[in-house]
Amino acid sequence: MAAPEVRRLRLWQDRIETEVEIAGSGPPLVYLHGPWGVGPDRAFLAGLAASYTVYAPHHPGTSRGDPEAVHVLDSWLDLVVYYGELLDRLELGAPAFVGHSFGGLVAAEIAAAAPQRLRRLVLIDPVGLWRDDLPVKNWMVLNDSERRPSLFADPEGEAAQRFFGVPSDPAERVDVLAQFIWSQACTGKFVWPVPDRGLKNRAHRIAAPTLIFWGKADRIIAAAYAQKFAARIAGARVALIDNAGHLPHLEQSEAVANAVRGFLSG
Amino acid sequence: MFHLMPYRDLPADFEQRYNSAFLDPLWFDFADSEKVGAYYNATLDELLYAAKAGMHGVCTNQHHQNVYGFMANPSLMGSVLARETNGQDVAIIQLGSTLPSTTPPTRIAEEYAMLDCISGGRLVAGFPTGLPSDAVISNAVVPVEQRERFREALALVTKAWSAKEIFAWNGKHYQMGMVNLWPRPIQQPYPPIWIPGSGISSTAEYVVDHDHCFCHLSYYGTRNAENVSDRYWEMVARKGRDENPYRLSFLQLIGVAATDAEAEDRYAAHAEYFFNKLLATPSYYQQIPGCLEYPALVQALQNNPRGGINLRELKARDFFDRGFVIVGSPKTVREQLLDGVKRLRIGHLLALLHFGSMPTELCKNNIDLFTREVLPHLEGLWDDRYEDRWWPEQLKAKRPAAAMAVAS
Repeated sequence: MAAPEVRRLRLWQDRIETEVEIAGSGPPLVYLHGPWGVGPDRAFLAGLAASYTVYAPHHPGTSRGDPEAVHVLDSWLDLVVYYGELLDRLELGAPAFVGHSFGGLVAAEIAAAAPQRLRRLVLIDPVGLWRDDLPVKNWMVLNDSERRPSLFADPEGEAAQRFFGVPSDPAERVDVLAQFIWSQACTGKFVWPVPDRGLKNRAHRIAAPTLIFWGKADRIIAAAYAQKFAARIAGARVALIDNAGHLPHLEQSEAVANAVRGFLSG
Repeated sequence: MFHLMPYRDLPADFEQRYNSAFLDPLWFDFADSEKVGAYYNATLDELLYAAKAGMHGVCTNQHHQNVYGFMANPSLMGSVLARETNGQDVAIIQLGSTLPSTTPPTRIAEEYAMLDCISGGRLVAGFPTGLPSDAVISNAVVPVEQRERFREALALVTKAWSAKEIFAWNGKHYQMGMVNLWPRPIQQPYPPIWIPGSGISSTAEYVVDHDHCFCHLSYYGTRNAENVSDRYWEMVARKGRDENPYRLSFLQLIGVAATDAEAEDRYAAHAEYFFNKLLATPSYYQQIPGCLEYPALVQALQNNPRGGINLRELKARDFFDRGFVIVGSPKTVREQLLDGVKRLRIGHLLALLHFGSMPTELCKNNIDLFTREVLPHLEGLWDDRYEDRWWPEQLKAKRPAAAMAVAS
């Protein structure tokens, strides 16, 4: 498996430097990562790269060498307009969008703001809506005993081990942990303390055919939210994933990748 | 004298029932509003007693949603203290209201100006950034914006205190169309500004850049603070500031009794209560992503790969032996304090003479012994060489040591 090309872009009048990981060949697919950065998702993306040219931009502030970019975008509107600029720069026309968790919310928001900008939309356990009877758990404040079961159906499984594993080399360890924590800080900036930025008012504008995945054992945002999203997006389909929590693309990687391919080629 | 205003009568099995003193304990599990009313009054009584006994200042602070200390609005406490100490040479040290979580922050500018007016210019204006658990969880401040909001809010507050004209403020976090603050503080352009922190971060750097006073609230004693004070004084020198010890305040738990043995006996239970029940907070409530800026985060990961010590596993003996609490006879206490104060170059010592479950009588006894037999050996330590530029102007001439220096 070839390592992705890392393209470094200067955007927002040079105030933000961002890395975009590019891999594979075929029609363009833009992947927006969740709160933990693109790091944990690389193996999943490598699977998709067999069929698509996958573009995985790093959320502002999470690219190496530019952590202060987190302070450049002030508002939710800034973030959505920023992604418009990023898409222009990549010259992708109307790609497919896949977004996970926080990245799912951003993808849905772009799809609502600029419905012609994307061909298809895939949301994997997105956040962004709210039910008082099923409050979304704050993934930035999880205690030691609830951290793994909140994110994974099998807290001791291989996917969880990989996700929480840290290198033994001290310098690499600091690097990986800093990325992991800072990615939560940079994405959390836009959804703290309650991940509801009003998408419910705008989701009806989404025009792209949409597939919504949900891990049945998601204990961050319950699988019942899949229907809540689907109800607001015309024609959206829902695929619930067995034996998966908040990161079904890591826990059931093959199944999710296959379903994504099936949906995008349909 | 510093006070936290804790819940003094927690269930004995509190540690088994709750992971944390912050956020988790449910009010209706065990708390009692009438009892808490008595705690607030006892806190005020103890601080006022300290003022009468000769302490130079009385100090309040802000915390939320916890049993550790819940002066949710320290200005309410400060106003009672300001009023009741009129005529005494005592500073009202608000350490203080939390800017990032108060919108608009001019509310704090107003409250502090009121306190300065009521006290006749005796206010020390403290501005904490706020514990993560307080600011970002209890008060919903975006973690990565906490320090940015703090700096903008403090700039707005200091301008509001001294601006001669009405002004508009168009900041990143605050927009105000018309600022024309009433009242203004007696101390112009602003009262002495103290900024607390638990270590050296961008906040400490900000303090030195702006020539304010840094308050190291460590809770682990002078004996374990050299790493922070060394880095602080290094930074002070690097930035071309003088080495005036009054740039540094330090908090220390202190228990005095007639003899060392009696002191250990008297304060053991309250020290354990403080560290085991109140201070022990799990890291997930304090190390929230974004609360440390990126360089500080990397540094923290490099310095502390395994996290801190578990306070709940330690006993009174450990807290005494490790110097977290300085307990003993007046002689023991003053020797240990003098050593720490000189070593770290502490200008203002924040004496935590009430901690944990300590009842009022014991606290008053502690205050008596401290003010009579310890304080006279500490005050004025630096006054022959340095001016305390972080103290209310009108109290400076009245400090005993300063008076002595003039007389000689």
